[in-house]
Amino acid sequence: MSSNDSIEALIELMARLPGLGPRSARRAVLHLIRKRGPLLSPLADAMRQVADSARECLNCGNIGTADICDICTSNKRATGQICVVEDVGDLWAMERAGVFKGRYHVLGGTLSALDSVGPEELRIPRLIDRIPAEEVTEVILALNATVDGVTTAHYIADRLQGQVRLTSLAQGVPIGGELDYLDDGTITAALNARKEIL
Amino acid sequence: MEWRDQGILLSVRRHGETGAIIDAFTSAHGRHMGVVRGGASRRSTPMLQPGAQLDLTWRARLPEHLGVYRAEPMRSRAAAAMSSRLALAGLNAVTALLSFCLPEREAHAALYQRSEQLLDLLGQDDLWPLAYLHWELVLLEEVGFGLDLACCAVTGETGNLAYISPRSGRAVSRDGAGDWAHRLLPLPDCLRGIGPAPDKEIAEGLRVTGHFLTDHLAPALGNNPLPDSRARFVETFARRL
Repeated sequence: MSSNDSIEALIELMARLPGLGPRSARRAVLHLIRKRGPLLSPLADAMRQVADSARECLNCGNIGTADICDICTSNKRATGQICVVEDVGDLWAMERAGVFKGRYHVLGGTLSALDSVGPEELRIPRLIDRIPAEEVTEVILALNATVDGVTTAHYIADRLQGQVRLTSLAQGVPIGGELDYLDDGTITAALNARKEIL
Repeated sequence: MEWRDQGILLSVRRHGETGAIIDAFTSAHGRHMGVVRGGASRRSTPMLQPGAQLDLTWRARLPEHLGVYRAEPMRSRAAAAMSSRLALAGLNAVTALLSFCLPEREAHAALYQRSEQLLDLLGQDDLWPLAYLHWELVLLEEVGFGLDLACCAVTGETGNLAYISPRSGRAVSRDGAGDWAHRLLPLPDCLRGIGPAPDKEIAEGLRVTGHFLTDHLAPALGNNPLPDSRARFVETFARRL
């Protein structure tokens, strides 16, 4: 393979990444080649390391470099609460906010009759096993506010009814949101969940 | 090639990074799919939830192409559906059954009208189960498995109808059933639109329609099992009995 072929192969692979197309991938590769020393080599090393070590946590489904992720092994995390999220991206979003100090459980999707995704395809049985094993007292269902997300939340709530306290995230106006730009479903949910001003 | 119609959104699949392929049940064009550019974007996702009423413009070079939709929201039903467990289970059952039962691009105007009326009742948990039961009867009728509840299949009498034949879907009177009564399905009054329709009777009616959906309709569509969503709705409804 000539050197040009390997660059073309790199461009083709980069173009498959989310947010990049063939033109932006070409630009990114060109930039990496120009910054070979400070950027390309460390990036290649980092990618190799991640490719060798990245795996799903056997306990919660988070992505880490060990069989059990940092969150599950951390002593600083509260053990009584589990926050259930749909995807690792949602877990990272919760961690960015930095307000939740418990542990997580990543389902890996939502129930979908049309796509034949049932409870066994998700990590629902593992979640049920974790409740007694980790002495969980509250399960926070932080699933997306979509029809599929809420359907999945109801299914999990049915399975865990009576075992733990079940809560879900509130729905309503986002911080900095303007009513005029909100869809009517969000406005309805926000109005239904209105609270007294103290 | 272009047309404009109203439709109920049945399902959404991601297509590429920000696009989506939607399956909509339209008034004049039946169940029809198409690509919505930017349909998986943050702006469009709240609008493209199953059950939403959309104003759709479909364009393609040839009629047999998948085509591209331009979708404008008319009514979102997601908030009403998410407000109650029964409503959400009901919405899932309706959209899954329509996707499962209807062939693509075949107009079912009467069923469309009933589906729109039914979905507009979402959130009214006292009315919804009976409306849903009657909607299933219309669905069976539209796809060729309609029940004949006008008169007895044996005697021809119109009164005293108490059973329904699990094979033919025809009503049978108490006298006409005779010794065969134990092999017939009970015919609750609410299926014929008679009486106050208590929940217990509606549940019986759902068992009857469930039999024809599972044992007659599903095998005719290639032996695929009926979507789980219907069973979940029936289970959710049974909890309030």
